Amino acid sequence: MAQSSALPAEQYNYDIVRKFTIMAMVWAVLGMSVGVYIASELAWPFLNFDIPQLTFGRLRPVHTTLVIFGFGGSALFATSYYVVQRTCQARLAFPWLAEFTFWGWTGGVALGALTYVSGITQGREYAEFEWPLDIAITLVWVSYFAIYVETLRRRSQPHIYVANWFFLAYILAVALLHIFNNLAVPVSLTKSYSLFAGVQDAMTQWWYGHNAVGFFLTAAFLGMMYYFVPKQAGRPVYSYRLSIIHFWALIFLYMWAGGHHLHWTSLPDWVSTLAATFSVILLMPSWGGMINGIMTLSGAWDKLRSDPIMLFLITSLSFYGMSTFEGPLMSLKSVNALSHYTDWTVGHVHSGALGWVALVSFGSFYHLIPRLWDRKIYSQTLIYVHFWLATIGIVLYIVSLWVAGIGQGLMLRAFDDYGNLAYTFIETVEFMHTPYVWRALGGAFFVSGVLVMVYNMAMTVRAARREQPVIEAKLAKA
Amino acid sequence: MRHEHIETNSGLMILLILFVISIGGLVEIVPLFYINETVEKVDGVRPYTPLEMRGRDIYVREGCYLCHSQQIRPFRDEWLRYGHYSLAAESQYDHPFQWGSKRTGPDLARVGGKYSNQWHVQHLVAPRSVVPQSIMPNYPWLLNTDLDYSDVADRMRALRATGVPYSVTQAEYDANVTKFGKAIADQLDISQAQDNLLQQAREKDFDGMPNRVTEMEALVAYLQVLGTMVDFNKYDEGYFATFR
Repeated sequence: MAQSSALPAEQYNYDIVRKFTIMAMVWAVLGMSVGVYIASELAWPFLNFDIPQLTFGRLRPVHTTLVIFGFGGSALFATSYYVVQRTCQARLAFPWLAEFTFWGWTGGVALGALTYVSGITQGREYAEFEWPLDIAITLVWVSYFAIYVETLRRRSQPHIYVANWFFLAYILAVALLHIFNNLAVPVSLTKSYSLFAGVQDAMTQWWYGHNAVGFFLTAAFLGMMYYFVPKQAGRPVYSYRLSIIHFWALIFLYMWAGGHHLHWTSLPDWVSTLAATFSVILLMPSWGGMINGIMTLSGAWDKLRSDPIMLFLITSLSFYGMSTFEGPLMSLKSVNALSHYTDWTVGHVHSGALGWVALVSFGSFYHLIPRLWDRKIYSQTLIYVHFWLATIGIVLYIVSLWVAGIGQGLMLRAFDDYGNLAYTFIETVEFMHTPYVWRALGGAFFVSGVLVMVYNMAMTVRAARREQPVIEAKLAKA
Repeated sequence: MRHEHIETNSGLMILLILFVISIGGLVEIVPLFYINETVEKVDGVRPYTPLEMRGRDIYVREGCYLCHSQQIRPFRDEWLRYGHYSLAAESQYDHPFQWGSKRTGPDLARVGGKYSNQWHVQHLVAPRSVVPQSIMPNYPWLLNTDLDYSDVADRMRALRATGVPYSVTQAEYDANVTKFGKAIADQLDISQAQDNLLQQAREKDFDGMPNRVTEMEALVAYLQVLGTMVDFNKYDEGYFATFR
C-alpha cells in the first residue's frame, strides 16, 4: 500500500490525540482529587469550612463532571480519533475542526466546574451545565460527528471496523440524550428552568442519566476495548458474530433501562417494570462484550504474567462483567427497595467507573503513549505499581460502600418488637462514618496510582523531547 | 440483509443506529405526556409563591438534591419516618424535579411543618448544634445574604413559558381564581410578584429577622411548604392506588 512507506506519525494526525491524552490525565488528577475531598467531607464535615464554594453540594457536580466529561470524555476523544485513523487508514478529516473540539471541550468542562462552585447549575444530575454551556457542547459534539463520519467516509477499507460502530453509536446517542434532556427556558445567562416538570422531567433525566452510563461510559469504552485489547494481545477479536449481536442488542436495550432509577416513585409502575425487565435482559449483551474481550486473550494467557498493560485491560473487563451483573441485580424492584438512595448505588457506579472505565483507559493509554511520542515507556515497574494501587483502591472503595449501603438499607427498614422503627435516620449516619473513612482511603489509593502514571508519562515524554533534536541532527547529517 | 451491507455503508449504519436507539425513549417517555392517569387528580397542589420559588432556586443552587431526596416510597418504614408516599401531582410544577437519587440525609418531601422556622434557621446555620452526629455542611451565608428578588418576575415569566400557571392576562388570573381560589390566584399574579414576596416575608418572618429578607427567608419558606399542599384525609384509602 502507498502509505506503508510513511511513518504513522506523519501519515496520521497524532497531535490531536496527544493533546486529548494529556488533558485526560490532567482531568483525572483534578476530578479524582475532588472526589477524595468530598468523600472526606462526608467522613469529616468540618472540611466544608463554611465556604460556599467548598461545600459538598457544589463540589459533587465538579467531581462528576471532571471525571466523566473531563477525564472520560478526553480519553474517548483521544482514543476514538486514534482508532478511526488507524482502522480506516485515513488521516483525520477537518484538522481545524478537530482543534476546535479540543479547545471547546476543554473550555466547556473547565467553565462547567467554575460555574458549579459559583452556584450556577441546572440541578440535574450529570447534566448540571447551564444552557449557554449546553449549546457550546452541542456545537463541539456536532463537529465531532462531522469529523468522525468524514474520516470514516475516507477509509481505504471497505469494512468499518467494530470499534467504530461503538464510537458511532455513542456519538449519536449522546447527541440525542443531551439535546432532549437539556430543553429549558432561560431566565438569564446563568439561570434556566427545565421545560418538563415532575414525573416527565424525572423520566427524561434518568433516560439521559442511565444512557450517559450506557453510551458515554459503556458503548464508547467498548469501542476502545475492541481496538486496544486485540492490538495489545496481538490476536484477532474472539468472535466477529458475537460482536455483531451484542452491539445491536446493547444499544437497543440500554435505552429502555433508565426507569430503574425511579422504582417505587411517582413514576407509573408500567414504566419502571418495563425498565427493570430490559435491565435484566441487558446482562446478556453486556456479558457478550466482556466475553468477547477476555476470550480474545485465549491462547495467550501467559501475557497476563509478562505484560502489565494486559493486566489493566483484562482486569477492566472483569470489573465490567461484575458491575453489569450487579446492575441488573439492583434493578430488580425488591433489591432496589433496599439499595436505592443508599451508598450501594455509589459503590456500584464506582466499580464501573474506576474498575472498568478508568482501567481500560489507563491500559489503552499505556499502549498509546509509546506510539504517540515514539519512545519506550519510562518504567515498566511503575505500570505494575499503578495497577496494584488502583486495584487495592477499587476494592477498598467498593467493599466499604457495600457495608455502608446495605447496612444503612437494613437499618432503615428494621422494626423493634412493638412495630416501631428500630433506628432513627441519624443513627444510620453515625453507622456510616467508618465505611466513609475507608472509602476515602480507597479513593486516595486510586489517585496515588494516577499520580504514578502521570510521573511515568511525563518522564517518557521528557525523554522523547530530549532525544528529538539528536535524531533530527542525525537525519540532517545523513 | 447481510451485516456486510451495514458495515460497509456508513450512512446506512447511522440510520439504523438512530432507529434502534430511539425506540426505548419513544415507548417509555412520550406516553407519560398523554396518559391521563400519570398525574393523580388531587386538590390543593399549587405553584410556589414568589418567595417559595426563590427558596427553591437556592435549594437547587446549593445542590441540596445531591444528599436529600424528595420522594417518599410506599413502604411501611418510609410511611412511619416521612409520611404518605409522594404523588406525581405534588411535583407537577417542579422545574426541574428534585426527587433526588441519594439519601445522605433524610427525605424532605414532607418536611414542611415538621419543625419550627427557628429550628430550620439554627439547623441550616449550624447543623451540629441541633443534631450532633449530623454531617451536613454549615450554611451561615444564607442568613448573611440578602435575597435578590429584582428578577423574580422574569423567573416567573420563564416558568410560565414552561407551563406553570403564573398569570399575566386577566383571563389567566380568572382561571387561577376558579382553580385555586382568590388568595392563591393573587400570589400567582406576575405583576404583583415583588409585593407578594415582600409581604409573605414580612408576615411570616421565616428567618427571624423582621427587617431583612435574606436567602434564609426564602429557603425556609420553601422547606415549610414541602409536602403540605395535599390534605390526605380527604381521600379514601386506595384512591391513589388506582393511578399507579
